[in-house]
Amino acid sequence: MNPILEFFTRKSGRKKLSLSDLLSYLYLLMGVIFMFGPVLWVVLSSFKTPLEIAKFPPRIFPYRQQTVSLEGYEEELPLFTVTSDDGTTRQLAQIRRIGLEAQMIDPLEPNVIIKVPIDKRVPIEKISFNLENYITGASRFNFGRYLLNSVIVTLFATLLTLLVNSMAAFALSKYKFRGRQTIFLVMISTLMVPLSVVLVPIFLVVTSVGWNNNLLGIIVPVAATPTGVFLLRQYMLTIPNELMDSARIDGASEWRIYSQIILPLAKPALAVLTIFSVMWRWNDFLWPLIVISRSELFTLQVGLASFQGELNVQWNLILAMTVLTLLPITLVFALLQRHITTGIATTGLK
Amino acid sequence: MQKTLKIKSFFEGVSKGISTFIVSATDLLFGTLQKLIGVKRMPYFFVLPNLLIFGIFILYPVLLNFVYAFTGGPSFFPNERPFVGMANFERLFACESIFQPNTCTEDIFWRAVHNTLFFVIFQVSLMVLFALITALVLNRKIKFRGFFRSVFFYPCLLSPIVVALIWKWMLQDNGLLNGIIMGLGFTKFPFLVNAQWARFWVIIVSVWASMGFYTLILLAGLQSIPADLYEAASMDGANNWKAFTKITIPLLMPTMLVVIVLSLIRAVQVFEVTYAFTGGGPGTATLYLVQFIYNYGFSSPNKQYGVAAAASLLMAGVLIVLTLAQFAAKREESY
Repeated sequence: MNPILEFFTRKSGRKKLSLSDLLSYLYLLMGVIFMFGPVLWVVLSSFKTPLEIAKFPPRIFPYRQQTVSLEGYEEELPLFTVTSDDGTTRQLAQIRRIGLEAQMIDPLEPNVIIKVPIDKRVPIEKISFNLENYITGASRFNFGRYLLNSVIVTLFATLLTLLVNSMAAFALSKYKFRGRQTIFLVMISTLMVPLSVVLVPIFLVVTSVGWNNNLLGIIVPVAATPTGVFLLRQYMLTIPNELMDSARIDGASEWRIYSQIILPLAKPALAVLTIFSVMWRWNDFLWPLIVISRSELFTLQVGLASFQGELNVQWNLILAMTVLTLLPITLVFALLQRHITTGIATTGLK
Repeated sequence: MQKTLKIKSFFEGVSKGISTFIVSATDLLFGTLQKLIGVKRMPYFFVLPNLLIFGIFILYPVLLNFVYAFTGGPSFFPNERPFVGMANFERLFACESIFQPNTCTEDIFWRAVHNTLFFVIFQVSLMVLFALITALVLNRKIKFRGFFRSVFFYPCLLSPIVVALIWKWMLQDNGLLNGIIMGLGFTKFPFLVNAQWARFWVIIVSVWASMGFYTLILLAGLQSIPADLYEAASMDGANNWKAFTKITIPLLMPTMLVVIVLSLIRAVQVFEVTYAFTGGGPGTATLYLVQFIYNYGFSSPNKQYGVAAAASLLMAGVLIVLTLAQFAAKREESY
């Protein structure tokens, strides 16, 4: 049997590791490197010093030169391994460098100054995850503020989306009323028109409401997602109407039926919409970029974009702030990955 | 242990109390409303909040877009814009040949159209191919399936700006990739400076950033194929290849259709990642349609809202055709 054909087929089920299994694991390993490698590379690079960052070819881990503090010298002195003419090596600390010659001393005998040609010395380095980039970066990148704005936007936009979408889906799935079909059709038809295509008119509306440079401008306009209404309506259609009828006989109001019966039963669909909404709002980039121009209202994404624009070449700081920006969603994903991946797989909407 | 339990039950009690309070307070409020307007009108109350937001921020702008498309002048406010009929569309189509952008008045528009077409064809086919292979591999009996599934999905969670920065860092002149290439004995590649390379990497990066989502959908499609079909086939003497072509492919086809159409719709709208990644450059090599609209509406010094709106209507037309195709595909999926 051709192993490549076998590789594409579904069942393996044998006890021994066959060639097709090996190929599968090889593919997955390459996949892991391709999908996760770039992120890991950014994380590793974010701990590097500016000098190390500029180095080419780059080294995988962040290194830092070892130093030693000696009496009589204010600053810490960098350590080098020096090869003598007879081939022996020893560790020396460098005081200063003059042209092609370095003045060095042995930490054990700090009084004797030894002159060494610079090509005879190699810096002593150790892998070190230094937080300097994060500290310097955070002093110019208002991480706390942006994080707070992002959390506020994500939280309130998601709550609003869940509330208005579920109410609309409830009406559209459980009642017969004049205009129902029209409302549903109009909503569905705008599924086709992406926000990015009607940017100018939406911006006009938001400006005339006075919501530019206001977090409301990025929370409210995106809340009435047709996708969410559609998703919840399809789910609510599967909830039997008899439950509502018996609640009505018991004297429950329509609001009570919605909040006490339908919402709890629609939890799986609500959970999926929550995942989508959090993903959408947390990662929104274009819309906040247009609506918000005051830096104290920036979300993390917009803040990172403008930070990048300000210091185009200071990669060490940009990388550290990139890691800070991707950290929260990565943590949430690590905790909830099973729910998220299965939830998305079951609905297939984005 | 005892203490944490106590704290936990305390918080559970508090949250239960709050939710009971909200439910009874809202019930009192909306129960009274129901008595005032009658049960028959309650559905309107339920759709109202969504409809208001939807109407003001989605529907009205969509209609306004038509006003922009058929009016001219530099003003941002629709009432100050004179009616010009089809002039904006005529301007977009003022070409000797639409296959040669240089001969057009709005040459950048046609460059964007060509770039988008090129991008859509290659990105969608690459993405569907790799999403399918990954889903097939993940559907085998492999160890750590959950882990691998999460790894492939992880980039979908990253924002466009983070994706762009990660790949800029990988591909820059002194980046990791050029380091590896030098280590293998070749010379550096000008990945983001050369137009062809930039086009290539924009496709790769966007596949990287969205492939996991389609993999999940295809995987769900594969797992919904009943296992006894394969058992029956193997009892009838069908080999693996036969089972793949006669069972897997036909039964996966509806899901494949949905994936293809969804990814087509999203590929036509490509913008955020490329905007943050290449900014449309070098030159106009990776300038796509939505960025053309965005540039004309927001960032160019002489903004041409009319032309931007006309272009967006043309694009919306394409998207509507694609979405109708999606609904047709969906219907087929549910038989």
